[in-house]
Amino acid sequence: MLSVIRTLWNVFLHTFQPRETIQYPEEKPNLPPRHKGRIILSRDPDGGERCVACHLCAVACPVDCIALQATEDENGRRYPEFFRINFSRCIFCGYCEEACPTYAIQLTPDFEMGEFNRQNMVYEKEHLLISGEGKYPGYNFWKVAGVKIGGKDKGEAENEAAPVDVHSLMP
Amino acid sequence: MAKIWVDDKWYEVGADQSLLEACLELGFDLPYFCWHPALGSVGACRQCAVKQYRDEKDTRGRLVMSCMTPASEGARISIKDADAASFRAGVVEGLMQNHPHDCPVCDEGGECHLQDMTVMTGHNYRQTTYPKRTFRNQNLGPLINHEMNRCIQCYRCVRYYREYAGGRDLDAFASRNQVFFGRHQEGTLQNEFAGNLVEICPTGVFTDKTLKKHYTRKWDLQMAPSVCVHCGLGCNTTAAERYGSLRRILNRYNGHVNGYFLCDRGRFGYEFVRGEQRIKQTLARQDGKLKPLPKAKAIEQLGRVLPGNQKVIGIGSPRASLEANFALRTLVGPERFFSGMSDQGSHLVSLMEEILRQGPARTPSLSEIEISDAVLVLGEDVTNVAPRIALALRQSVRQQPMEFTDKLKIPRWLDHAVREAIQDVKGPLFIAAPSATRLDDAATATYRAAPDDLARLGFAIAHALDPQAPDVPDLAAGARSLAEQIAAALKSAKRPLVISGPSSSSAAVIEAAANVARGLAKAGQAVGLAFTMPEANSLGANLMGGGDLSAAFKAVEEGRADTVIILENDLYLKAPAAAVDRFLDAARHVIAIDYLSTPTVAKSELALPAGAFAESDGTLVSSEGRAQRFFQAYIPKDDIQQSWRWLIEMMRAAGRSEAESWSTLDDVIAALAQGISALAKITEAAPSAKFRKLGEKIARAPNRYSGRTSMLANINVSEPKPPDDPDSALAFSMEGYQEHPPPSLTPFFWAPGWNSIQSLNKFQSEIKGPLRGGDPGVRLIEPPETANGSFFSSVPKPFAARPEEWLLVPLYHIFGSEELSRQAPAVAELAPKPYLAVNSEDAAHLQVQAGDQIEVNLAGTAHRLPVAIHPDLPKGIAGFPAGVVSLEGTGLLAWSKLSRL
Ligand code: SF4
Ligand code: SF4
Ligand code: SF4
Ligand code: SF4
Ligand code: FES
Repeated sequence: MLSVIRTLWNVFLHTFQPRETIQYPEEKPNLPPRHKGRIILSRDPDGGERCVACHLCAVACPVDCIALQATEDENGRRYPEFFRINFSRCIFCGYCEEACPTYAIQLTPDFEMGEFNRQNMVYEKEHLLISGEGKYPGYNFWKVAGVKIGGKDKGEAENEAAPVDVHSLMP
Repeated sequence: MAKIWVDDKWYEVGADQSLLEACLELGFDLPYFCWHPALGSVGACRQCAVKQYRDEKDTRGRLVMSCMTPASEGARISIKDADAASFRAGVVEGLMQNHPHDCPVCDEGGECHLQDMTVMTGHNYRQTTYPKRTFRNQNLGPLINHEMNRCIQCYRCVRYYREYAGGRDLDAFASRNQVFFGRHQEGTLQNEFAGNLVEICPTGVFTDKTLKKHYTRKWDLQMAPSVCVHCGLGCNTTAAERYGSLRRILNRYNGHVNGYFLCDRGRFGYEFVRGEQRIKQTLARQDGKLKPLPKAKAIEQLGRVLPGNQKVIGIGSPRASLEANFALRTLVGPERFFSGMSDQGSHLVSLMEEILRQGPARTPSLSEIEISDAVLVLGEDVTNVAPRIALALRQSVRQQPMEFTDKLKIPRWLDHAVREAIQDVKGPLFIAAPSATRLDDAATATYRAAPDDLARLGFAIAHALDPQAPDVPDLAAGARSLAEQIAAALKSAKRPLVISGPSSSSAAVIEAAANVARGLAKAGQAVGLAFTMPEANSLGANLMGGGDLSAAFKAVEEGRADTVIILENDLYLKAPAAAVDRFLDAARHVIAIDYLSTPTVAKSELALPAGAFAESDGTLVSSEGRAQRFFQAYIPKDDIQQSWRWLIEMMRAAGRSEAESWSTLDDVIAALAQGISALAKITEAAPSAKFRKLGEKIARAPNRYSGRTSMLANINVSEPKPPDDPDSALAFSMEGYQEHPPPSLTPFFWAPGWNSIQSLNKFQSEIKGPLRGGDPGVRLIEPPETANGSFFSSVPKPFAARPEEWLLVPLYHIFGSEELSRQAPAVAELAPKPYLAVNSEDAAHLQVQAGDQIEVNLAGTAHRLPVAIHPDLPKGIAGFPAGVVSLEGTGLLAWSKLSRL
């Protein structure tokens, strides 16, 4: 009995709380950066495309709405030839972001993606790629990977020794 | 059988196995790196540690390497033991200290044995902070990519390349923790089986460079069981597709055929399917040019030409499936169907088929070739004609020496010990061919001579084996003693083998080989007789019947025919150009069905785009006489459809009644099996389209296949339903049965925790043995218990060099001699440039040097070729690269004058 009365009292007190409901769209909500909304592809600190076309986001996606094709530039740097997300299928679970080894794919707080035509929900790379680093500044996959790309020779990645001289038999 | 205890439970395991093999066979997940079923154990990586206990009272045990310890009666081991598990995790941790942070950009990722073993041992975080060791890579040619940082120093690559495949130009360099695996200097890997490094290397050091150009992860590939079309051996392959195009070919294990390995032509020749040469649209001649025509219009056009037309003939193809050939044969009628082989080719293939059918000997499978203990190769350069045989022969020369190591009680799987004991000793292998072959270094003795002389050597060997066989009285003393040596070696062998074929264009060579086999068979020996075949389905086309090309030409010439349907066949490779021109010009209607725009297609009035092997279903008969089914990996785009479907449409257009009852592959197969008794058994090559496992079709794509709701969303956001497959029990989808489909329907090998090709262990009934459920394919030809027939008796006269003329013999090249693979860019890059080879003496006589231009006059046409000097060619013979230079014409060896320019 006492608990019922206390509950009623608590509910009554809510009448004097500030309102949570926002008059959207006149008023915009303030969403935290980790809100899982529209997906973007970011760039590394040097401005290069971060995505290395590893296909991990695609395989992690439970609704299979990411499709891409890997390709390489003339210096061996891998990137997606195309990168497509079908947002009409996306459930904004964020698994792709978790799977991504390069911080390339990120979910953003933007959720205003309504379209009258469903076909417009299909985003290609040019729609996804932003010009900055997004939520995770500073990381550059190529600086820690062992492969050689333009501007980074063997042995020049972080914490790498100079290439072995295979002609030497010195112990 | 032996009884062993694993983690306190007992199991029966096969005798003469290592503990590792036994455990894997029992289904345990035991990590390993350096062991490979085909290479045996060397104990280099220390990854396979288990605890072994002396007896049930022993509680301490000791760590042993399971790959180096025999699974002997009563052995007690523990895989789960904490010491063993932490030892194994420690080994991976050690390897990972220097391993690059590459998985996202590594082509091995997702099918990497190192990834699998790392997960299996539970190693997660790199705890050291030392700088990582790095290496520079080498450019190893157009087929294989090298990324040396990823090496874990397991030594599999060099063991395979040098010891198994006989290569010389890959080795381990430098020392201690800096060992480097590569060539002494950059350059293309020379071995014809180098492509297998892609599967042998457990990491991403060696990967497929052709795949890299259109890279796709294993989990994203839609795959189907396929059969290699680049020679007659019929190695089993996996064809893999993504986004509507063929991405790669992988070995598909078949214990009786290719085992673990393919040749590089078979692995990398697939790119012709993606090539510029493909016809994708229906083409019709309009204003003298072939131009695209809507498919329906083409069918209409066929409806005007075919109905009631009594003058239609069909030319089949030894590279097309049985089903396609049969559909054509049904459309035109058996007596108006021609096999599509060159005159000489048809003659030789018929001869070989007859020999195989009548006895004296059984044709061995590739795995039987591998365990032959004395081999005679007569008239073939197997490395370049039927490459996978060469790899098998490299193992066969170890058979006799291994009898010695058996006596020393060294188990055969203890690879290093066996090799140390054998050293360089090789069992008997004799190679008689027109010119040096790539297998000569493994041979006991070689003999180089003109085709007629090769045949004479063969006849002499047969005579030495059995005096009833005709003698070769005027044989040179050297050849005579060689013949006796070979006869003695074959006679004392347990499983002798004779290999021959049509490459020397000589019936006498084939007959001589048959005589040798008969001589051995009469003495009661279990002899094998293997013939190479010119094309993927030569034997099948021959079993189907039908006249040779001349007969077809004659039919048109004599006015008995005026409409020609040509199935997957470039006639210009089968007959002299002038004769083909005359034939095609004389015919009123020429309809070609093909996937490449060949010169024959260019001359046709209607060209119908056919599906290449990965886009078609069908059956091919290998040179072993094994009928094997291959399946579509994907449905081709545009107008392309399977040849037999085109032919069914033609039947419908022609108003033929069969068209009504034929709608699927199974219908065609059923009619074929009924119509041609020699091919009746092909129904057993694979389950029919009705087959279901647990009520489901078999999925062509793995569980993790990605992008289903996005890959076509750019075209239409509502994704289409996956296409039906009425022709097979496979589904164009990831939905369906996944685990253990029947072997002939296994689209890929994958098992939980085993993402790499090593998952194969889970699909075999015993390691290195047959696949569970039996190896795919059904043998169509078995000789009778007691061989019919008698010795061939027409011994040719000795070859006599002519004063001013040279005998032109084709020299084969693994890259370049085969019609389809040479359209693949990577293969084309490795094909030889045109040349005409003579020996040094003849070159001096002609006053030419290497590189000089020389003119060959053949049937009124002059060909200019640069001279190459091949010191090993017999005098009076000029060799040209088959396929690269087309001097073939009739397929008969021709004499020609050579003139210096
Ligand atoms: S997981 Fe990241 S790097 Fe990999 S393909 Fe997706 S976005 Fe690109
Ligand atoms: S070899 Fe395997 S573990 Fe190493 S980078 Fe490649 S995928 Fe990763
Ligand atoms: S290159 Fe590959 S196969 Fe060779 S030692 Fe290194 S990891 Fe092993
Ligand atoms: S040996 Fe012949 S069938 Fe086998 S992979 Fe090579 S070309 Fe193909
Ligand atoms: S697999 Fe046993 S030591 Fe390498």
